[in-house]
Amino acid sequence: MSNIKNGKGIIGWIDYRLPIFSTLQHTLVDYPTPKNLNYWWNFGSLAGIFLMIQIITGIVLAMHYTPSVEGAFASIEHIMRDVNYGWLIRYIHMNGASFFFIVVYIHIFRGLYYGSYKSPREVLWWLGLIILLLMMATAFMGYVLPWGQMSFWGATVITNLFSAVPIVGTAVVEWLWGGFAVDNALLNRFFALHYLFPFLIVGVVILHIVALHTHGSNNPLGIDRKGPQDSIPFHPYYTIKDLFGLSFVLTIFAAVVFYAPDYLGHPDNYIPADPLKTPAHIVPEWYFLPFYAILRAIPDKLGGVIAMISAIFILFALPWLDTSKVRSATFRPIYKKFFWFLLIDVIILTWVGGSPAEGKFILIGRLATIYYFAHFIIFMPIIGIIETPRPLPNSISESVLKKTIKDRI
Amino acid sequence: MENNSDDDKKTRRDFIHITSGVTFAAGAAAAAWPLIDQMNPSADVLALASIEVDLEPLQPGQSISVLWRGKPLFIRRRTEEEIAKARDIDLNILKDPQLDEDRVKNSNYLVMVGVCTHLGCVPLGQQGEYGGWYCPCHGSHYDTSGRIRKGPAPTNLEIPPYVFLDENTIKIG
Repeated sequence: MSNIKNGKGIIGWIDYRLPIFSTLQHTLVDYPTPKNLNYWWNFGSLAGIFLMIQIITGIVLAMHYTPSVEGAFASIEHIMRDVNYGWLIRYIHMNGASFFFIVVYIHIFRGLYYGSYKSPREVLWWLGLIILLLMMATAFMGYVLPWGQMSFWGATVITNLFSAVPIVGTAVVEWLWGGFAVDNALLNRFFALHYLFPFLIVGVVILHIVALHTHGSNNPLGIDRKGPQDSIPFHPYYTIKDLFGLSFVLTIFAAVVFYAPDYLGHPDNYIPADPLKTPAHIVPEWYFLPFYAILRAIPDKLGGVIAMISAIFILFALPWLDTSKVRSATFRPIYKKFFWFLLIDVIILTWVGGSPAEGKFILIGRLATIYYFAHFIIFMPIIGIIETPRPLPNSISESVLKKTIKDRI
Repeated sequence: MENNSDDDKKTRRDFIHITSGVTFAAGAAAAAWPLIDQMNPSADVLALASIEVDLEPLQPGQSISVLWRGKPLFIRRRTEEEIAKARDIDLNILKDPQLDEDRVKNSNYLVMVGVCTHLGCVPLGQQGEYGGWYCPCHGSHYDTSGRIRKGPAPTNLEIPPYVFLDENTIKIG
């Protein structure tokens, strides 16, 4: 490692010409990190790791997959039954997508609670939202590839949404389909794009990390670091903490992959796609359910589409919708409660999205949708103004030291 | 509590470093293996493609080629002359010594994989200096038992696994 600094040896020779080793040293080893980060800060690195898992298993699956309506479903079964460890790689990829979303959603909610979207981290937040959008596109296209009933009908429903656009809607949909219905042309192009998008995600993730490193990580107190006494080097403290958290998550992941690999999926997707027969209840995968609920809550076709898209785009405005000068919800008694209201609301929306659009679900879905938008557009601006935050500690160090002194007395 | 010497601390840290390193390496290998093994032939490819061939129409001096596991298979009903030539052999002159008796189940029929053992071209039948096969790619000559006699090929033409189901039918693979 000293060779990187003094430029000696093979490492020094390469680093002088392409500073890859010193960059890694700077970003992963020396990088000063707030010393009070809690486990909610593990989820960023977890997301990066699941991205890598998806890319590796995905490339391997692509070696055996046939992207045609005649061959797709059978090629998946070929992978499951004939390819060595194909069943394992497929289940890892399938459940890896779900875990990627679990981890990213927790990562986002961490940001909402601790004010990580506030200045000077607005662009960091936007890059994160772009990653989320790319993930959703990638996951949607990936789900179409097995060409099961849900693949086909989910693709039909969601691509049909674009027909809501006035005037050009139908033309846009036919352009998307490359035809007059979801068929071979669409499957082929979804395969190509599904292979591409994860690499776009990698690019935006790199920008996301660069933006993060510009001002450093936020922390549970939401106050800036005042000096070196407030930081510790990333390695070994957070590398080992991240590895520990990873081992925990991987254990749960392994439990799902080996003991309940189809639990998060829909059994109808094991039925080959039939363009003549729509399943009784079309549902997207669980990670899309809240947005699906919002889409269905608005009785108007175009209105539903706009509401669904707005549900994500409203988050871009968050740094300005939240008027409070205080970052962390730890010191914001009113905002803290509303954070939990939002979480419960999103869970309710998930439940509604997975249920048939009938009876009580319609009213509950509409109320939950109204709350969702009210939370961002009405409550957050008002709370920031009327709330009296609790007094902030003077520094991170002081807050940590205070605790230990109190414990010793 | 007495201070442990510096050496002691170093050893304990080394122990945990080495143990973690080994465990991590073992884990990495275990994770990598399925990703590598998936490229090996899958079960449907391995399922020994078995084919049955009806030999009835074959007259002495006639050959047929059948596709087996993606490669040509030569089946030749040999003439008495060819069999005699194959048997009249001094093993010492052969690059890959093998008795004709060891290469056929029924001396009338020669069953071989029609792929030159040099670099994989398909040899031409009833050509070459030994009355057998000749590979035009690099000039390997095989005799009436399919043994390499001249040229760069290292071994005799491969004999596949086969059985006679009855007098006129064989099953290969």
